[in-house]
Amino acid sequence: MQYESQNTARLYFIGAIALFIGQILFGLIIGLQYVIGDFLFPEIPFNVARMVHTNLLIVWLLMGFMGASYYLVPEEAGRELYSPFLAKLMFWVFLIAGALTVIGYLSVPYATLADITGNGILPTMGREFLEQPTITKIGIVIVALAFLYNVGMTVLTGRKTVVSLVLLTGLLGLALLFLFAFYNPHNLVHDKYYWWWVVHLWVEGVWELILAAILAFVLIKTTGLDREVIEKWLYVIIAMTLITGIIGTGHHYFWIGVPGYWQWWGSIFSAMEPIPFFIMTLFAFNAVNKRKREHPNKAAVLWALGTAVLAFLGAGVWGFLSTLAPVNYYTHGTQITASHGHMAFYGAYVMVVLTIISYAVPILRGQEAKSNGMQVMEMWSFWLMSVSMVFITLFLTGAGVVQVYLQRFTDTPQPFMVVQQKMEIFYWLRELSGVIFLIGAILYALSFLPTSTHKQQASTTSA
Amino acid sequence: MSEIFTKSMARNIYYGGSAFFILLFLALTFDTHNALPDRDNREALTSQAKAGKDLWEKYDCIGCHTLLGEGAYFAPELGNVYERFGESKEAFIGFMKSRPKDGVPGRRSMPQFNFTDQELDALFEFLKYADGINNENWPPNVQG
Ligand code: HEM
Ligand code: HEM
Ligand SMILES: [Fe+2]
Repeated sequence: MQYESQNTARLYFIGAIALFIGQILFGLIIGLQYVIGDFLFPEIPFNVARMVHTNLLIVWLLMGFMGASYYLVPEEAGRELYSPFLAKLMFWVFLIAGALTVIGYLSVPYATLADITGNGILPTMGREFLEQPTITKIGIVIVALAFLYNVGMTVLTGRKTVVSLVLLTGLLGLALLFLFAFYNPHNLVHDKYYWWWVVHLWVEGVWELILAAILAFVLIKTTGLDREVIEKWLYVIIAMTLITGIIGTGHHYFWIGVPGYWQWWGSIFSAMEPIPFFIMTLFAFNAVNKRKREHPNKAAVLWALGTAVLAFLGAGVWGFLSTLAPVNYYTHGTQITASHGHMAFYGAYVMVVLTIISYAVPILRGQEAKSNGMQVMEMWSFWLMSVSMVFITLFLTGAGVVQVYLQRFTDTPQPFMVVQQKMEIFYWLRELSGVIFLIGAILYALSFLPTSTHKQQASTTSA
Repeated sequence: MSEIFTKSMARNIYYGGSAFFILLFLALTFDTHNALPDRDNREALTSQAKAGKDLWEKYDCIGCHTLLGEGAYFAPELGNVYERFGESKEAFIGFMKSRPKDGVPGRRSMPQFNFTDQELDALFEFLKYADGINNENWPPNVQG
């Protein structure tokens, strides 16, 4: 580690992994409710467990992005973090706000939570992914502002590299677009139109900038390649992201009440959205093949390559499956959507956060890489999680095909609940794969536990 | 290729391309807003329907159902439930009131929310409003 203040990242990484495990546990709960309908009913209804699952996902990914920034921005800027104290403070604010929100979800009915948190004053609750009470949303904005100030000052008063500027642009966009979470008109078409400015323009816009910047950083460090080359790739990737992804928002505007021309704009531009993901894959493999050094952290390189591949598969290929309007007409809002959502989030954002953690944590402990044994364990966690996620995706796709056919496509369409029963086998198999995924996630966490050599090192340095 | 296609060209494509497509997106957004009065069924957005949307959100119905195909996939689409229930308010209210408090053994079941008659009216008006939005004939059939 070059700068003392990079250590703040560690706190964020620990928080992120803990919430990740929580997210998966709730995934297993809702997965079980899919097949055992009365599981935990009426104590924890499906919608509540689901919002815990998805909100934990978003919060821990944000924590991961923040940790990544606190690690890489000082190194890129060539100076200590502007305020390590503010960074630590904001971690606790974020964690406590998040924990209180989850406790709120689980301890009182959602409608009661809306009442006690004064949702009536500025109603923002009860929309998918944006279920948080309005005060939590305000808390998120405060944490984001403090974070941006801290990271921004570090970059602006230090060396400005392409990696840190792209990262900062992505983070700034993330914060600005979140402001649309506060706009909740009664007109349903307006509501939906701008809801996607948070959701789509995040994952298929500004978050991709963050993803590409983190990946570029890890590749620069592990391959020893010339920055000039990597920066050019980076610009090409993010150019293609925004050129295709902004108008690509139209793939969510097919059936929500806006003019039919969005079927053309949305289909054509979103059909090109896989391009930046494909370039990212080429970029990662190219960089590793032409590497100028052998970095001892093999696990981190594996994660970096895995990110590129599974982001392309999950976002690029599985997204493309249902992105053309005539296809989407049948697949919209089915298990096909869920299959894509899972692999895309995992392949792109989960994996890039696990990549930077894998790379940074050993260095924060004063080593270049973990011991061989621990790296082998980490690689096992890579394969367990990645392969089980591929299976989750395939089983949900199977379920989706049955659903689309029986409920939408045949001449004698059957009711939703009737069709759901015919998909049960896929849901059981998904749940089984989910258990394997959980084992992988736990193994990942365990592979970072301090070993006796760390403790020795710690005691020698403090002595 | 490295000689012909330089980093500064890549950067210019990034800046120019993003700026152009942001502006195009804003222009399309502007045009969409102009077209909406004829499509979004705003005349049915009565104060009752608005109260219905507030309830829809307060009880997080979207956490199990889809509405115009967006939401969760655990329970049926409700953007066309008005039509599926034969445009009948009685059918809707009867359904809502008959949800068992403790669920159905082994099955998915909707919670009993204990809505007042007034609240049920509001929800019905909201779902009727949603059904009337011109959304290019989605879903493909009445099953949603
Ligand atoms: C890493 C990037 C991506 C992530 C994390 C992601 C995630 C998601 C999620 C969670 C949903 C469901 C939203 C909801 O609940 O309504 C969704 C929907 C969708 N995504 Fe993506 N996505 C990504 C990239 C892409 C790409 C590149 C494409 C196109 C090639 C795409 C096409 C779609 C389409 C068409 C839908 C709507 C499905 C429907 O109509 O139900 N996505 N995405
Ligand atoms: C491993 C065990 C997991 C299980 C059993 C599981 C199960 C589920 C279930 C049942 C839903 C609700 C679908 C619905 O709305 O009806 C869901 C939603 C979701 N889960 Fe998971 N999940 C798991 C892991 C993950 C992971 C690792 C991620 C992130 C990479 C993730 C991201 C999401 C997202 C984004 C949604 C919303 C999807 C959408 O709206 O299309 N889940 N999950
Ligand atoms: Fe999208």
